[in-house]
Amino acid sequence: MRALTWHGTKDVRVDTVPDPQIVNPRDAIIEITSTAICGSDLHLYNGLIPGVLPGDILGHEFMGRVVDVGPGSTLSVGDRVVVPFTISCGACFFCRHDLFSACDNSNPVDTQEVTEAQFGHAMAGLFGYSHLTGGYPGGQAQYARVPFSDVGPIVIPEGLSDDQVLFLSDILPTGWMAAENAKIEPGDTVAVWGCGPVGLFAIQSALLMGAETVIAIDHHSRRLDLARSLGAKVIDFRQTRVLEALTEMTGGIGPDAVIDAVGMESHGFVTDTILDKAKQALGLPYDAAHALREAIMACRKGGRISVPGVYGGLTQMFPMGAIMQKGLELRTGQTHVQRYLQPLLRRIEEGEIDTTFLISHHLSLEDAPKGYHNFLNHQDEWIKVVLKPH
Amino acid sequence: MTHHQDERSRQSIAWLALGAVAVTGLVGASVLTRQPMARHDADSAPGRTARQMRYGRFAVVGRTVTIHRPRDEVYRFWRDPSNLPTIMDHVAAITEQNNDLWTWQLDAPAGMTVHLETEIVSDRPGSEIAWKSTEASQVRTQGKVMFSDAPGDRGTEVEAIIAYTPVLGELGRLIAKLAGKDPETQGRRALKRLKMLLETGEIATSRNQREPEAPTAKAAESQQA
Repeated sequence: MRALTWHGTKDVRVDTVPDPQIVNPRDAIIEITSTAICGSDLHLYNGLIPGVLPGDILGHEFMGRVVDVGPGSTLSVGDRVVVPFTISCGACFFCRHDLFSACDNSNPVDTQEVTEAQFGHAMAGLFGYSHLTGGYPGGQAQYARVPFSDVGPIVIPEGLSDDQVLFLSDILPTGWMAAENAKIEPGDTVAVWGCGPVGLFAIQSALLMGAETVIAIDHHSRRLDLARSLGAKVIDFRQTRVLEALTEMTGGIGPDAVIDAVGMESHGFVTDTILDKAKQALGLPYDAAHALREAIMACRKGGRISVPGVYGGLTQMFPMGAIMQKGLELRTGQTHVQRYLQPLLRRIEEGEIDTTFLISHHLSLEDAPKGYHNFLNHQDEWIKVVLKPH
Repeated sequence: MTHHQDERSRQSIAWLALGAVAVTGLVGASVLTRQPMARHDADSAPGRTARQMRYGRFAVVGRTVTIHRPRDEVYRFWRDPSNLPTIMDHVAAITEQNNDLWTWQLDAPAGMTVHLETEIVSDRPGSEIAWKSTEASQVRTQGKVMFSDAPGDRGTEVEAIIAYTPVLGELGRLIAKLAGKDPETQGRRALKRLKMLLETGEIATSRNQREPEAPTAKAAESQQA
C-alpha cells in the first residue's frame, strides 16, 4: 500500500509499504477513505516530539471501511467507521472510568518505559505518533490495522459524508472536551487562544454549552474570520495588547474560563517566547508556553484553565503563583475520544454541529507532503487538509 | 568467596522469603550490611524501595501491578508453567518435572542459555506462590508472587519479588540492565503482559504484520489468550 512516512525534520514522503494484517484477535483492518493532517502532526514534522523513527507511518485522524476482522472484533466487513486516535482496551481501570486516553494496556510493554521515566506513568497507545505512545502505524495510508476494534471505532450510518464525520476521530471531541474542561456556566465569558481546528471547535462547543461570550485570539485573519462566523468576538494579537483587552472586554473581571488551544509551539513577539524558542532550537526539552502563561494571567480569580494544546516537555517560568493566588483550576489531557463519539455523532446527525466549514483543502495521499508544507507555512489559507488515499 | 560471606547470603535469602516487611527489617540489620548505617524505625514501604539496600551477593527486585481480574484466576494463570513463557519474553520454555519442580530455559545476555530449576516452596492457592532454585540449577534465585484483593473493586494486586545472584556480579547486573535483560526489566514487562493478557485477552503490539519482522522477535507477542 501507499503511506505517508516520516524521514526526518520537515521530511515526509509517500512510500510503498506492506499492507497491514490482523495480528491480535480484537483487530480490524480498515480501508481508509478519508484521513486528515492534524496540527499535532506538525509537532512531528517540526521534529519536536522524541521517539519518531524514519519510516514511521503518520496520521491519527482517519475513517474508512472494514475489510478484515479478527475473531474478537465486533465490527463486520463493510462497516463504515471513524477511528479514534486514542487506542483503548476498554477493560483496564482507566477505560472503565471513561479515561480512555489513559489506557494501561494499549502501549506495548517495551515502549512504556520512556514515558514512565519522563512523566511518572506510561502513556496509552496512539496511532501514527511517537514510539513513546507505542509507535502504531498511522492512518495517512491506504489501510490501517486497528487494535481493540470492539472498543474504539464508531460505525457511521449511511447518509453522512466523510467530511461530516471524519473529525470525530480527534479534533471535534478534543474541542468539545476543551470546552467541557472549562466548566462553562450560563453568562460566562470564555477566552480561547488559537483558532486552529481545535480552537474553532472549542469555540463552537463553548457556545453550544451556553457561554454568553467567546473571545478568540489568533493572528491569522482567515482563522479569525472563521471564529467570528461561529459567533465569537476576536482579538488579533498583532494589533492588540491581549491581557489589557481581555480585562477591558470583561468589565475588569477577566474571562471566567480560558482555553489554551495553542500548545507547545506558541508564537508571540515577547521575551518568554524568544527564550523558549532558543531552548527548543538547542534541543532542550522546553515547551514554548506563551499562550498558556498569558491565559493564566488573564483568567479571572477562581476561574478555570483548560488546556487541549499539546505539551511534551518542561515549561519554564510557569506562573504557579498566579494559579495559587487566584485559586484557578487547571484541567487538561489527551482527549478521551471514545467518551464523546456517540453524543457528538448524534449532534452531527441532528444538524447541531457542522464540521465541514473547517476543510480548506482536499488532496490525494500522494500530495500529502505538499499538504504538510503548506499547512505549516501558509496557516492563514491552509486551515485543514483532508487526504483521499484511494 | 569466604564461608562467612556465603553464610550471610544464605541468611539474607532466607529472610526474603518472610516477605517485604521482613526484608525492610533486614536492611537495618547491620550484620548484613557492608557499611553500617543509622537505624531508624522501618516505614510502611516495601524493602526494595529503601534508599540503601544490602542483601549480600543478592540483587533483589520487585514490582506490583493491579489486574482487574479475580485473585483465583490470576493465581491459577501463574501456577500453570505452560502460561508463563507467553508473558516472559526471556523464558524460552518451562518443563514440569513434577507439580512443584520446574526446569526453565532462560535467554541470557550475549545469546547464552541458562538452565534454571526451581522448586515451589510455598503454595497458598489464591494468595501466594514462592519458589527457590535447587542445587541442580545454574543460577541461584528465589522469589515469590503474592496475590491480594485490590481496594475499591480494582481486582487483584500482584506483587512479585525476585532475589538472584547476577551472572558476573555487579558488573554483569549493570550490563544486563543496559540491555534490558535484567530481572527487574524482565519482571516488570512480564507483569505488564500478564495484566494485558488477563484484562484484554491479548498482548498489545504495534506490529501490523503477522510474521515478526526480526527473526528474534518472540512469537508469544502474537499469541492469543
